[in-house]
Amino acid sequence: MNAAADLPLWAAILVSFFVVFGAALTLLGTIGLVRMRTFYARVHAPTLGTTLGTGGVLAASMILSSMLQSRLVLHEIMIAVFVTVTTPVTLMLLGRAALYRDRIEKQEGIPPFENDP
Amino acid sequence: MSATILAWSIGLAQLLLIAAMACCLYRLVLGPRAQDRVLALDALYICAMLLLLTIGMLSGGTLYFEAALVIALLGFVSTAALAKFLMRGEVIE
Repeated sequence: MNAAADLPLWAAILVSFFVVFGAALTLLGTIGLVRMRTFYARVHAPTLGTTLGTGGVLAASMILSSMLQSRLVLHEIMIAVFVTVTTPVTLMLLGRAALYRDRIEKQEGIPPFENDP
Repeated sequence: MSATILAWSIGLAQLLLIAAMACCLYRLVLGPRAQDRVLALDALYICAMLLLLTIGMLSGGTLYFEAALVIALLGFVSTAALAKFLMRGEVIE
Protein backbone atom coordinates (compact mmCIF):
# COMPACT_ATOMS: atom_id res chain seq x y z
CA MET A 1 0.00 0.00 0.00
CA ASN A 2 3.02 2.33 -0.24
CA ALA A 3 2.31 3.59 -3.78
CA ALA A 4 -1.46 3.83 -3.28
CA ALA A 5 -1.23 7.13 -1.40
CA ASP A 6 -0.89 9.19 -4.59
CA LEU A 7 -3.78 7.41 -6.32
CA PRO A 8 -6.57 9.79 -7.44
CA LEU A 9 -9.67 9.70 -5.28
CA TRP A 10 -12.11 8.66 -8.03
CA ALA A 11 -9.96 5.60 -8.85
CA ALA A 12 -9.89 4.57 -5.19
CA ILE A 13 -13.68 4.90 -4.93
CA LEU A 14 -14.18 2.94 -8.18
CA VAL A 15 -11.87 0.13 -7.01
CA SER A 16 -13.60 0.00 -3.59
CA PHE A 17 -17.03 -0.20 -5.22
CA PHE A 18 -16.04 -3.04 -7.54
CA VAL A 19 -14.24 -5.11 -4.90
CA VAL A 20 -17.04 -4.84 -2.33
CA PHE A 21 -19.67 -5.52 -5.03
CA GLY A 22 -17.90 -8.67 -6.18
CA ALA A 23 -17.31 -9.99 -2.68
CA ALA A 24 -20.93 -9.29 -1.65
CA LEU A 25 -22.28 -11.12 -4.70
CA THR A 26 -20.04 -14.11 -3.94
CA LEU A 27 -21.34 -14.16 -0.36
CA LEU A 28 -24.94 -13.99 -1.69
CA GLY A 29 -24.32 -17.00 -3.92
CA THR A 30 -22.88 -19.09 -1.08
CA ILE A 31 -25.76 -18.09 1.22
CA GLY A 32 -27.98 -19.56 -1.48
CA LEU A 33 -25.84 -22.70 -1.27
CA VAL A 34 -26.73 -22.96 2.43
CA ARG A 35 -30.41 -21.96 2.26
CA MET A 36 -31.76 -23.87 -0.76
CA ARG A 37 -33.64 -27.10 -0.05
CA THR A 38 -32.79 -29.59 -2.82
CA PHE A 39 -29.58 -30.24 -4.70
CA TYR A 40 -31.08 -29.21 -8.04
CA ALA A 41 -32.00 -25.78 -6.62
CA ARG A 42 -28.63 -25.52 -4.88
CA VAL A 43 -26.52 -26.18 -7.97
CA HIS A 44 -27.47 -22.81 -9.48
CA ALA A 45 -26.61 -20.59 -6.53
CA PRO A 46 -22.75 -20.42 -6.65
CA THR A 47 -22.89 -19.54 -10.36
CA LEU A 48 -23.76 -15.98 -9.31
CA GLY A 49 -20.53 -15.76 -7.35
CA THR A 50 -18.39 -17.42 -9.97
CA THR A 51 -19.44 -15.13 -12.81
CA LEU A 52 -20.51 -11.68 -11.60
CA GLY A 53 -18.64 -11.76 -8.29
CA THR A 54 -15.40 -12.89 -9.90
CA GLY A 55 -15.94 -10.24 -12.59
CA GLY A 56 -16.27 -7.52 -9.96
CA VAL A 57 -13.12 -8.45 -8.05
CA LEU A 58 -11.16 -8.89 -11.29
CA ALA A 59 -12.32 -5.49 -12.59
CA ALA A 60 -11.19 -3.87 -9.33
CA SER A 61 -7.81 -5.60 -9.57
CA MET A 62 -7.39 -4.53 -13.20
CA ILE A 63 -8.23 -0.87 -12.44
CA LEU A 64 -5.92 -0.80 -9.41
CA SER A 65 -2.89 -2.31 -11.14
CA SER A 66 -3.46 -0.18 -14.26
CA MET A 67 -3.56 2.99 -12.17
CA LEU A 68 -0.53 2.03 -10.07
CA GLN A 69 1.70 1.08 -13.00
CA SER A 70 0.32 3.89 -15.25
CA ARG A 71 -0.23 1.53 -18.17
CA LEU A 72 -2.95 -0.92 -19.12
CA VAL A 73 -2.57 -4.20 -17.17
CA LEU A 74 -5.09 -6.74 -18.40
CA HIS A 75 -3.75 -10.17 -17.45
CA GLU A 76 -6.68 -10.72 -15.06
CA ILE A 77 -8.75 -11.37 -18.20
CA MET A 78 -7.13 -14.83 -18.31
CA ILE A 79 -8.72 -15.77 -14.96
CA ALA A 80 -12.06 -14.34 -16.11
CA VAL A 81 -11.99 -16.42 -19.30
CA PHE A 82 -11.05 -19.63 -17.46
CA VAL A 83 -13.74 -19.22 -14.79
CA THR A 84 -16.48 -18.19 -17.23
CA VAL A 85 -15.73 -21.05 -19.61
CA THR A 86 -15.47 -23.74 -16.94
CA THR A 87 -18.52 -22.79 -14.81
CA PRO A 88 -21.24 -24.15 -17.18
CA VAL A 89 -19.21 -27.31 -17.78
CA THR A 90 -18.98 -27.88 -14.02
CA LEU A 91 -22.72 -27.31 -13.58
CA MET A 92 -23.60 -29.70 -16.39
CA LEU A 93 -21.22 -32.45 -15.18
CA LEU A 94 -22.44 -32.24 -11.57
CA GLY A 95 -26.10 -32.14 -12.64
CA ARG A 96 -25.69 -35.20 -14.85
CA ALA A 97 -23.86 -37.10 -12.10
CA ALA A 98 -26.52 -36.25 -9.50
CA LEU A 99 -29.33 -37.20 -11.90
CA TYR A 100 -27.64 -40.52 -12.64
CA ARG A 101 -27.24 -41.31 -8.94
CA ASP A 102 -30.84 -40.34 -8.15
CA ARG A 103 -32.14 -42.50 -11.00
CA ILE A 104 -30.13 -45.49 -9.78
CA GLU A 105 -31.57 -45.07 -6.28
CA LYS A 106 -35.12 -44.45 -7.66
CA GLN A 107 -35.71 -41.20 -5.70
CA GLU A 108 -39.12 -39.46 -5.68
CA GLY A 109 -39.82 -36.95 -8.46
CA ILE A 110 -36.91 -37.93 -10.71
CA PRO A 111 -37.74 -38.85 -14.31
CA PRO A 112 -36.68 -42.42 -15.18
CA PHE A 113 -34.11 -43.48 -17.76
CA GLU A 114 -35.22 -42.78 -21.31
CA ASN A 115 -35.00 -46.38 -22.50
CA ASP A 116 -36.88 -47.76 -19.48
CA PRO A 117 -40.32 -49.26 -20.16
CA MET B 1 -7.08 9.54 1.85
CA SER B 2 -7.34 7.14 -1.08
CA ALA B 3 -4.98 4.67 0.65
CA THR B 4 -7.32 4.66 3.67
CA ILE B 5 -10.41 4.09 1.48
CA LEU B 6 -8.67 1.24 -0.33
CA ALA B 7 -7.45 -0.43 2.86
CA TRP B 8 -10.92 -0.33 4.46
CA SER B 9 -12.84 -1.51 1.39
CA ILE B 10 -10.44 -4.35 0.58
CA GLY B 11 -10.57 -5.41 4.24
CA LEU B 12 -14.38 -5.42 4.08
CA ALA B 13 -14.26 -7.48 0.89
CA GLN B 14 -11.93 -9.96 2.59
CA LEU B 15 -14.36 -10.30 5.52
CA LEU B 16 -17.24 -10.94 3.08
CA LEU B 17 -15.20 -13.56 1.23
CA ILE B 18 -14.25 -15.30 4.49
CA ALA B 19 -17.98 -15.42 5.39
CA ALA B 20 -18.64 -16.94 1.96
CA MET B 21 -15.96 -19.57 2.62
CA ALA B 22 -17.62 -20.34 5.97
CA CYS B 23 -20.95 -20.93 4.17
CA CYS B 24 -19.20 -23.29 1.74
CA LEU B 25 -17.53 -25.08 4.64
CA TYR B 26 -20.92 -25.57 6.34
CA ARG B 27 -22.30 -27.24 3.23
CA LEU B 28 -19.07 -29.22 2.77
CA VAL B 29 -19.28 -30.71 6.28
CA LEU B 30 -23.05 -31.14 6.62
CA GLY B 31 -24.01 -31.75 2.97
CA PRO B 32 -26.48 -34.63 2.92
CA ARG B 33 -25.01 -36.33 -0.12
CA ALA B 34 -21.73 -36.52 -2.01
CA GLN B 35 -22.78 -34.21 -4.85
CA ASP B 36 -23.54 -31.43 -2.34
CA ARG B 37 -20.03 -31.74 -0.99
CA VAL B 38 -18.48 -31.57 -4.46
CA LEU B 39 -20.55 -28.47 -5.26
CA ALA B 40 -19.45 -26.83 -2.01
CA LEU B 41 -15.80 -27.64 -2.77
CA ASP B 42 -16.20 -26.03 -6.20
CA ALA B 43 -17.57 -22.81 -4.65
CA LEU B 44 -14.87 -22.95 -1.94
CA TYR B 45 -11.96 -22.83 -4.35
CA ILE B 46 -13.52 -19.91 -6.24
CA CYS B 47 -13.79 -18.00 -2.93
CA ALA B 48 -10.18 -18.87 -2.04
CA MET B 49 -9.04 -17.60 -5.44
CA LEU B 50 -10.85 -14.28 -4.92
CA LEU B 51 -9.35 -13.97 -1.42
CA LEU B 52 -5.85 -14.46 -2.89
CA LEU B 53 -6.60 -11.73 -5.44
CA THR B 54 -7.63 -9.25 -2.73
CA ILE B 55 -4.46 -10.06 -0.73
CA GLY B 56 -2.50 -9.39 -3.90
CA MET B 57 -4.28 -6.04 -4.32
CA LEU B 58 -3.22 -5.09 -0.79
CA SER B 59 0.41 -6.14 -1.18
CA GLY B 60 0.87 -5.03 -4.77
CA GLY B 61 2.95 -7.93 -6.09
CA THR B 62 2.16 -10.24 -9.00
CA LEU B 63 2.93 -13.47 -7.11
CA TYR B 64 -0.61 -13.74 -5.69
CA PHE B 65 -2.07 -13.27 -9.15
CA GLU B 66 -0.12 -16.26 -10.46
CA ALA B 67 -1.28 -18.42 -7.55
CA ALA B 68 -4.89 -17.41 -8.31
CA LEU B 69 -4.39 -18.34 -11.96
CA VAL B 70 -3.14 -21.81 -11.02
CA ILE B 71 -6.12 -22.31 -8.66
CA ALA B 72 -8.57 -21.24 -11.39
CA LEU B 73 -7.03 -23.76 -13.80
CA LEU B 74 -6.64 -26.78 -11.54
CA GLY B 75 -9.85 -26.37 -9.54
CA PHE B 76 -11.91 -27.07 -12.62
CA VAL B 77 -9.93 -30.25 -13.29
CA SER B 78 -10.55 -31.48 -9.74
CA THR B 79 -14.29 -30.80 -9.96
CA ALA B 80 -14.55 -32.56 -13.32
CA ALA B 81 -12.68 -35.59 -11.95
CA LEU B 82 -14.92 -35.72 -8.86
CA ALA B 83 -18.10 -35.48 -10.97
CA LYS B 84 -16.82 -38.29 -13.16
CA PHE B 85 -16.09 -40.34 -10.02
CA LEU B 86 -19.63 -39.75 -8.70
CA MET B 87 -21.12 -40.95 -11.96
CA ARG B 88 -19.03 -44.03 -12.72
CA GLY B 89 -17.23 -44.94 -9.51
CA GLU B 90 -13.81 -44.54 -11.12
CA VAL B 91 -12.02 -41.63 -12.77
CA ILE B 92 -10.09 -43.32 -15.59
CA GLU B 93 -11.81 -46.30 -17.20
